Amino acid sequence: MSNQYKLVRCNINGKDVEKVVDVRASLTDMLRNDYRLTSVKKGCEVGECGACNVLIDGEAFNSCIYLAVWAEGKHIRTLEGLLGPNGELSDIQQAFIDETAIQCGFCTPGFIMSAVEILESGKEYTDDELRKLLSGHLCRCTGYENILRAVKKTMYKRLGKPIPQ
Amino acid sequence: MYDMKALYEAESVEHAIALRLEHPTAQIIAGGSDVLVQMREGKRAGAELISIYGIDALRGVTLDEEENLRIGSLTSFSHITRDALIQERCNVLGEAVDQVGSPQIRNIGTIGGNTCNGVTSADSASTLHAWEAIVELTGKNGVRRLPIHDFYLRAGKVDLRVEEGEIQTAILIPKASYERTFGHYIKYGMRNAMEIATLGCSVNVRLSPDKTIIERCRIAYGVAGPVPMRCPSAEAAANGHRPTEELAETFSRAVLEDINPRDSWRASKAFRQHIAVEMARRCLIKSIRKAGGALQ
Ligand SMILES: Cc1cc2nc3c(=O)[nH]c(=O)nc-3n(C[C@H](O)[C@H](O)[C@H](O)COP(=O)(O)OP(=O)(O)OC[C@H]3O[C@@H](n4cnc5c(N)ncnc54)[C@H](O)[C@@H]3O)c2cc1C
Ligand code: FES
Ligand code: FES
Repeated sequence: MSNQYKLVRCNINGKDVEKVVDVRASLTDMLRNDYRLTSVKKGCEVGECGACNVLIDGEAFNSCIYLAVWAEGKHIRTLEGLLGPNGELSDIQQAFIDETAIQCGFCTPGFIMSAVEILESGKEYTDDELRKLLSGHLCRCTGYENILRAVKKTMYKRLGKPIPQ
Repeated sequence: MYDMKALYEAESVEHAIALRLEHPTAQIIAGGSDVLVQMREGKRAGAELISIYGIDALRGVTLDEEENLRIGSLTSFSHITRDALIQERCNVLGEAVDQVGSPQIRNIGTIGGNTCNGVTSADSASTLHAWEAIVELTGKNGVRRLPIHDFYLRAGKVDLRVEEGEIQTAILIPKASYERTFGHYIKYGMRNAMEIATLGCSVNVRLSPDKTIIERCRIAYGVAGPVPMRCPSAEAAANGHRPTEELAETFSRAVLEDINPRDSWRASKAFRQHIAVEMARRCLIKSIRKAGGALQ
């Protein structure tokens, strides 16, 4: 195959980076293998489960069905980017722990990146809207209720409002 | 890694056409939510791909000089739903594509891909049929426009001329189609998210200025046949009539003269016919309400 490799320049978690990648690679392949960002999980690899979810220019995408070469010029955020300068957890990560929204943890990075998009919109969503916004993720352990609660709690905290009863 | 033979990245529409003529066996990839999944399943394994995903000129919704709505083929579902022009003039399209898969799929999936795949269950397809959308194709001989009904040839096959290097560049909703028109879409599936429609129904109406007569009613289904389809008998039953309970009944029964669903593992023909009638009734009543009218 000709032109099998291509230079891809992008910004990952706030840093400008570049790597020569195989054009057949998915964005999951690039993030895991070339950048060692292993929060990006390989689950179904057909866009169904959300384990590979990352933010690209602020929107949630399943990186398993996204070509690595499409990342050229894009701003990509993964769970690793949420870590504070001294390794502190972000509020949404802490909320997942506090609400027992994690068991095996395989779905967690994907869920949290969708939650980041939700929280950064600055909007107040109803439970039904939150369920719809989180519906692109499968969790085989928690039963979803705790995840919903963690996102909802953090949403109200950031909005500076009490959680309505 | 995807099992592809080669990837050619188009930088412009002209470049995409040139690449198509140069590599006639290569397949177009837009957002890839059908193509890449089929490649993983082995169906498209070993294919050459021409990526058009980088052509930003094909993104966005605008009004052309005749005030037709022009939706670039690469516009994603989520951008269609959020678009102010769509919300104002063809709200039901934004609502329909907001029922696709999941938020992530709505960010990657494009309206071009949803129509070029020729799939009857595509969530945009019934609404585009019911609003008499025009498909714009660009090839080596320039632009070709055709009604969406004619674009679908048979299940999984649309009128895209590879020998002319054609790609779909836009979908238009004519002004005459959206003016004073309001519609509603219902997707019937076993669950809300991540589900392909068992049946999809899209209805729209234009009421007389005093809201007492249905001037024009259009209805189309997905999964009621091998390709999305309109229902001429039902439309004739409604056009020029008063919006009454009886009319809603006659209208919804009339769809059975037009549709031809089949038995599949998702649902039987009899079940699809049963829900088709009820969905038509509900969509009509909702459309009348959205248009500012009420059942008399
Ligand atoms: C998990 C999951 C859930 C899904 N759920 C739904 C759902 O609920 N409802 C639904 O309708 N769909 C659903 N889909 C299917 C898919 O997301 C849509 O059909 C989407 O619109 C495809 O768009 P795309 O840009 O990704 O297409 P691609 O995969 O890039 O292309 C699809 C086809 O169209 C051709 N093509 C694309 N664009 C052009 C163009 N501009 N010119 C010429 N040819 C072109 C390609 O060659 C290919 O044959 C789902 C997919 C996944 C993976
Ligand atoms: S691994 Fe990407 S959606 Fe499942
Ligand atoms: S915590 Fe195990 S899959 Fe969600």
